[in-house]
Amino acid sequence: MSAAQTGTTPHYYVPQPSHWPIVGSVALLLMGMGAAFWMNDVAAGRYMLGAGFIVLLVMLFGWFGTVIRESEGRLYGKQVDASFRWSMGWFIFSEVMFFAAFFGALFYVRNLSVPDLGSLGGKLVWPDFAAGWPSVGPYVKEQFTPMGAIGIPLLNTIILLTSGFTLTLAHHALKENNRGGLKFWLFCTVALGITFLGFQAYEYVHAYQDLNLKLTTGVYGSTFFMLTGFHGAHVTVGAIMLTVMLVRAIKGHFTPDHHFAFEAAAWYWHFVDVVWLLLFVLVYWL
Amino acid sequence: MSSIPHDHVAGHDHAHDHRPSGIARWLTTTNHKDIGTMYLIFSFAMFLVGGCMALTIRAELFQPGLQVVHPEFFNSMTTLHGLIMVFGAIMPAAVGFANWMIPMLIGAPDMAFARMNNWSFWLLPPAAILLVTSLFVPGGAAAAGWTLYPPLTIQAGMGTDLTIFAVHIMGASSIMGSINIITTILNLRAPGMTLMKMPMFCWTWLITAYLLIAVMPVLAGAVTMLLTDRHFGTSFFNAAGGGDPVLFQHIFWFFGHPEVYIIILPAFGIISEIIPVFSRKPLFGYASMVYATAGIAILSFIVWAHHMFTTGMPLAGTLFFMYATMLIAVPTGVKVFNWLATMWKGAMTFETPMLFAVGFLFLFTMGGFTGLVLAIMPIDVQLQDTYYVVAHFHYVMVAGSLFAFFSGAYYWLPKWTGTMYDEKIGQLHFWTSFVTFNITFFPMHFLGLAGMPRRIPDYAQQFADWNLVASVGAFGFGLSQLIFLWAVIKCATGSGAKAPAKPWEGGTSLEWTLPSPAPYHTFETPPVVK
Repeated sequence: MSAAQTGTTPHYYVPQPSHWPIVGSVALLLMGMGAAFWMNDVAAGRYMLGAGFIVLLVMLFGWFGTVIRESEGRLYGKQVDASFRWSMGWFIFSEVMFFAAFFGALFYVRNLSVPDLGSLGGKLVWPDFAAGWPSVGPYVKEQFTPMGAIGIPLLNTIILLTSGFTLTLAHHALKENNRGGLKFWLFCTVALGITFLGFQAYEYVHAYQDLNLKLTTGVYGSTFFMLTGFHGAHVTVGAIMLTVMLVRAIKGHFTPDHHFAFEAAAWYWHFVDVVWLLLFVLVYWL
Repeated sequence: MSSIPHDHVAGHDHAHDHRPSGIARWLTTTNHKDIGTMYLIFSFAMFLVGGCMALTIRAELFQPGLQVVHPEFFNSMTTLHGLIMVFGAIMPAAVGFANWMIPMLIGAPDMAFARMNNWSFWLLPPAAILLVTSLFVPGGAAAAGWTLYPPLTIQAGMGTDLTIFAVHIMGASSIMGSINIITTILNLRAPGMTLMKMPMFCWTWLITAYLLIAVMPVLAGAVTMLLTDRHFGTSFFNAAGGGDPVLFQHIFWFFGHPEVYIIILPAFGIISEIIPVFSRKPLFGYASMVYATAGIAILSFIVWAHHMFTTGMPLAGTLFFMYATMLIAVPTGVKVFNWLATMWKGAMTFETPMLFAVGFLFLFTMGGFTGLVLAIMPIDVQLQDTYYVVAHFHYVMVAGSLFAFFSGAYYWLPKWTGTMYDEKIGQLHFWTSFVTFNITFFPMHFLGLAGMPRRIPDYAQQFADWNLVASVGAFGFGLSQLIFLWAVIKCATGSGAKAPAKPWEGGTSLEWTLPSPAPYHTFETPPVVK
């Protein structure tokens, strides 16, 4: 080894063999098979699904715990840090594409399939159908009230935007090594996230009980609940990530120049924030 | 590219190694070579499973009438054959090559995320279990074709749900694998290895991984909508509720067309490594190869509806998708001509890797031309869902991707196992595969032009002769692959000549600077590339 090579690049950290991935695979096998059985009324299905979920939780605790210990043990150098940054960015891109499929479906039904059903061809089958939005399609006969934008959705928009702001304050506090500020603003962010989810749950109950708006309410119900539902699921995951960051901050983890886990959670939180803005405009408002 | 001494490599091999033995080693490994090996073995096993399904199809089509299997089961066979070959055989094989070769080609110690790499692989067996289990549940396996079109998919039984979850799990595996590959290439290159000095295989995989991350989530979205339509009363693909079955086709092919390039680009990469070595000349037009690959990737997102010319679309849409599709012939042509120019006036020899590479070049180009024929909308209206389409995509996927993978396997087996493969067996494998492949699939062009529909277990009398020929060829092709198994087992068990560090005199990339077999850990200290 020549002297020129030494010191140019730090040795990359390659972890030792780990049993967590195979535990995760067992979990997903149980969940996949369990869900398929459960949806087809096979009795064992729900137990398999539940067992798979528990195994998945064990795996997540174990695997992330290992990573946190390695990080706090300063096994990750600058190059590993750059790897984490690339990977989180690409992961968020994959999430963007997942939502793009559902936004694409919304675009398609609003601009193509529903107008088509109301056009000359559709009239041959369903003469009484008038195209428009919101629509339940020509065959579903239920009356319902669409979800308005002003009210809870607007409130939720303000809540999420504020949470993005408080999260940035937490990040600044962390970089200035102001631990109190970090914990306070991070706590505010988590609290705002949970408030958002509470309002969202209330909105769903309201939709089902008062507006007669359900998942089965034609294509309006499909797109409304699938888009807002997947977004809500992502907010839940983001809130869990931030809660873990809060617990770690309380435990004394993170330094002003070594805290990518915090930043990754923040990136994710801003991502769900942007998705919400699109939802607010395209699902609730227009 | 570089020639640095690496006597230090062997010393590191057992320095910090506490790997468990037996099955636990394979279940828990974080080593890119172990994981690459598992990917390749899994892929070959799935290739045999999917191959048996193909032979079931060909046995039924050997003569007109219904004789071997029930039509429902025939539909399950065409569906599972497609899914297993695409997601179980070809894609994992490409990832196996990436795992083995990318760290060695760029001088990295391993993949960027070694544990996640293990999970990417070990998600595949559960997905395969779900797919195979679906054959035994009430209602049988998914039978709507690998494209899973509604409304048929909405009406089918539990097998479809198992397929949907299998697709979800395989998608998660692909996304994690791709993030790993992109990060490895962007962040772990040896000092001095600029992007434009990277071996072509790394470039094609970098772009493939980008495509995978962009479209696998879209497929996940599509099958999720299928699932909720099936069980939770949504109306995405139900016209009565305001949805549209055609919506599924749009979402599916937005995934499906980039998927085609996901399947072929790593193969292009392997061919771009091998042709220069056996022509003893550098790759002609390296930069244009990179730009052509990127061009194909970008165009792949705006051509999806050429799969839907007969579904119903405004004329302007049809014309757009027709011309956009034809445009792909330009970057693909750049690649084909670059390979030809690489060979031009080269000191060529034809060992098995080169035979498969040249066989690839010839047959893939034919498949490309039939693709161009199918891109022409008025012709496609005639040929949609006929055997002409089947012939086309088997020319690009079998003689394209699969031949490239065979080529790569023979090329790198000496480095992987430390034993040279048996040249006679390799050549036998090539020639039997080449001949039987054409016996199987060339007649399908005639059948398709004559109007024989695909995915139908029975056919009219006039198609009998060429179906008989194709079935005979298919069994020959299937048996030929056992020769490959033989060649690999001989290498793996060390029966054969010992491979030198650089068995191919034209080899210039970093893996040939390592001993054969490659040590368990390589490039723990990055080499310097000049």
